[in-house]
Amino acid sequence: MVDSLAATPLLSWHRSAGATLVPFAGYEMPIQYGSIVSEHQACRQAAALFDVSHMGRLRFDGEGSAELLDHLLTRRVVGMKPGQVRYALMCNAEGGVLDDVLVSRLETPSGTGYHLLVVNASNRQKILKWIAPHLAEFPTVTMSDRTDLTAMIAVQGPRAVEACGRLFNADLSKLRYYRGVVTDQFSKPAIVTRTGYTGEDGIEVIVRAEEATRVWENLLLAGRDHGFVAAGLGARDTLRLEAGMPLYGHELNEQINPLDAGLGFACNLEGRSFVGDEALREAQRRGPARTRVGLLPEGRRPVREHCNIVDGDGQVVGEVTSGGPSPTLGHPIAMGYVDNALSQLGTTVQIDNRGRLQPAVVTALPFYKRGQ
Amino acid sequence: MKPEDCLYAETHEWVHVAEQDGQQVATLGISAFAIEQLNDLVYMDLPASGRTLAVGEEFGEVESVKAVSPLYSPVAGEVVEVNESLPDNLEWLNEDPYSKGWVLKIRLSGNEGLDALMDYAAYQKQCAESG
Repeated sequence: MVDSLAATPLLSWHRSAGATLVPFAGYEMPIQYGSIVSEHQACRQAAALFDVSHMGRLRFDGEGSAELLDHLLTRRVVGMKPGQVRYALMCNAEGGVLDDVLVSRLETPSGTGYHLLVVNASNRQKILKWIAPHLAEFPTVTMSDRTDLTAMIAVQGPRAVEACGRLFNADLSKLRYYRGVVTDQFSKPAIVTRTGYTGEDGIEVIVRAEEATRVWENLLLAGRDHGFVAAGLGARDTLRLEAGMPLYGHELNEQINPLDAGLGFACNLEGRSFVGDEALREAQRRGPARTRVGLLPEGRRPVREHCNIVDGDGQVVGEVTSGGPSPTLGHPIAMGYVDNALSQLGTTVQIDNRGRLQPAVVTALPFYKRGQ
Repeated sequence: MKPEDCLYAETHEWVHVAEQDGQQVATLGISAFAIEQLNDLVYMDLPASGRTLAVGEEFGEVESVKAVSPLYSPVAGEVVEVNESLPDNLEWLNEDPYSKGWVLKIRLSGNEGLDALMDYAAYQKQCAESG
């Protein structure tokens, strides 16, 4: 039996726009409206809108919220100032990644402070269960799952802030990268953060579910003369791969620790304790056994997820975790894990691409950096 | 080639059989429907001339941004010609999948496989039902 799929508040819009819809993390989501490559290029050149309402949005209110999240995340949450957003990992006691998240410290215009955690759609139920017993230890904290009550829209691209900024009752040009603000659009509440998952400048907007279509259409209209388009999960994936960003279930899972994943920058191990800290300190002492690297496959044949990486003797030394063509660069790119001894930039490895060995060079991430 | 004159495999390859120097030669390609479904083609892999193919044998692949699609031979015989320029000009598959975008020519070893192919009307029906 196939479980019925959940709908984001924008599903009717996607359908009427002719999107190809696919099941994703329990939701019916647009993978593309027309061409993935065109949507990708629009994002790099102007901006693209993504419905990311499937991602989990958990709000924490009450005294002790910062301490609770600080205990659960690899990054410091205590001491975050209103408007700050941080990328962090939630780990289990063994240091395996339960999820990668964005944590925001927000403040309403009336001065109410709270924290917002944005989690991956596929991990939302797991994370809710994981947090519950910890929450019980903080009786003054309330957690509310805002996912179904709200919609989340990402506007990503070099023109995003300029074109969309005037729609909100806040000066977004002054909103720095990884900062957020609680504001409104036409008197309806909205949270705007200068974050994203494409390697471009841009914003992510959270509004009430019933406002989703109106806000989406307003954002699209604001960028009409700039070439804004709606884009699906297909382009989101090619964009984040070019930007070298890990994706849960591909580069991240419970068997991988954030240090091997190259996410040491998101782990504050000094002078604090959190779930998984001992394991991460041990992993730090031991050094990585495997390392997440970029791979440049030779030729034009794309390599895909799950292809084995082998050395000159045919021994398996790693695995591709994401791979495909890069629309911006015009050649295949991939990410994967290799034994640490082979992670030096410039090392040549072989990728078993469905039975044929294809040489690839270990390369720095990201493949694409804006402004370069 | 007109699409109406071709026969079609369930796996979306088209075949057009004609007599050439007293022998039955099948030209093979990929249907416009399949090309549209694949979207954003980025890579194609084709066999060398001289290779012998059995009915249903995988002989190459076409890749879009998201996925790899194997190509199967609906007929049996020897590959006598390959559209060598096609992998460098994948847009031909979008522009003209029944002429410029032909893929292989196969000298048939017999009629094997031909009976299982659909005519244009039957194929259209399959596409409408799956699309």
